[in-house]
Amino acid sequence: MDIDLMLRVYPYFLEATLITIQLAVLTVVLGLICGALGAAARLSGNKYIRFLGATYVSVIRGTPALIQLFILYYGGSQVGINLDAFEAGVIGLGFNIGAYMTETIRGAIIAVDKGQVEASRTLGMSKSQTLIKVVLPQAARLMIRPLGVNINAQIKATALVSAISVVELTYTAQRYIGSTYKPFEMFFLAGVIYLALIYVTSLLISWFDRKAQIK
Amino acid sequence: MSPTQPFINIRHAKKNYGDLEVLKDISLQVEKGQIVAIIGPSGSGKSTLLRAINDLDSLTEGEVWLEGMQVNKKLPTRQYEKHINKLRQEIGMVFQHFNLFPHLTVRENITLAPKMLKGLSNANANKLAQEQLERVGLGDRIDYYPSQLSGGQKQRVAIARALAMKPKVMLFDEATSSLDPELVEEVNLVMKQLAKENMTMIIVTHEMAFAQSVCDKVLFMDQGVVVEEGLPEIIFKTPQHERTKSFLANHLNGRF
Repeated sequence: MDIDLMLRVYPYFLEATLITIQLAVLTVVLGLICGALGAAARLSGNKYIRFLGATYVSVIRGTPALIQLFILYYGGSQVGINLDAFEAGVIGLGFNIGAYMTETIRGAIIAVDKGQVEASRTLGMSKSQTLIKVVLPQAARLMIRPLGVNINAQIKATALVSAISVVELTYTAQRYIGSTYKPFEMFFLAGVIYLALIYVTSLLISWFDRKAQIK
Repeated sequence: MSPTQPFINIRHAKKNYGDLEVLKDISLQVEKGQIVAIIGPSGSGKSTLLRAINDLDSLTEGEVWLEGMQVNKKLPTRQYEKHINKLRQEIGMVFQHFNLFPHLTVRENITLAPKMLKGLSNANANKLAQEQLERVGLGDRIDYYPSQLSGGQKQRVAIARALAMKPKVMLFDEATSSLDPELVEEVNLVMKQLAKENMTMIIVTHEMAFAQSVCDKVLFMDQGVVVEEGLPEIIFKTPQHERTKSFLANHLNGRF
């Protein structure tokens, strides 16, 4: 293993890591928005809205994220949607993780004991008051860890945008292989950085989860 | 309200789940201040009947009236929501599994609905919580979380929470069934206290001794019908129907 080479190139990898982090943060934020709306749609009283939510989830989860990115980036320009690679990456991956988060959030909401809703409703509280004051605060605590799993998956999924030439960590590794012919070292270095990102994120999620739980 | 109209009037209540008839034409009148026990084997429909009173379980047919107001009035969804939310404030309910809000303190459990629905100020809501907790003997537990309480204490807080809405009637759905035997008595004592204060109560219970000592009227239900109803001493001492006799025999043998 060429350690010297790795030490020489790692600053460039760290720069690329900033792009990876940006992608992860932006796609997770967009994903949470899509997930909240998707969950609201899937739990809606209106069957058309429910159908819309279910369609979103099954289409996104039923096709490869890579295909979704290609359709958005290459197919988009064909129909006049001109996004640069980074924008396409954020929007594509954000909508993608949003479908998984939809199910996470919906699952946490329906996991709240039915008795909680009954108790609140028998006190005379309306459906929306019950949702806001009783169900969501409990569901929020239930969804921290599974959303953490989604977030970690998303950090790794940012590697996909290398396929539409966003200069993030994986793309950078590939580029340096072109000039160094050392694929093992380059991918190893990228892998270590991904591992570090996941490790730190997992710690943050665990810490947040512990903080948030009811005594 | 005309003098002849009962305080609570259930008329020809029917409830089906698909082909299964859970309630088969049940009528029940409860007067103000009366305490009614509903007993019967599980699956007899007693909880369903109780839950129909505040429309937690909607009847398939029949009417529920409270003080001359129809609870399960046919209304467009939005109007019905308003109507039922208003009425439910007057019907307290206590559940087998307490259903305290675990993310809120005892104080917040009690003050949530009065603050949101009656616009109580913080100071007044706190005073109300303290009063209601003292009523159930838990004045010193106001800042605890439900998880820090025993089952009996949880149920007493749940009763205090219901009482804080100043209900006209209290419904108890097997309030002591999930408690350890040594914790049953503290909840029974609170219910007896309410009885002394002339609270109208409808109690679904497996505690025959309690039903006998506290209630004015007992209903024995089986398979969706009221098999027998009357004064507790008559139902418990000289039941007329075979099913009542065998239920009571099994129950008394099992329990005492």
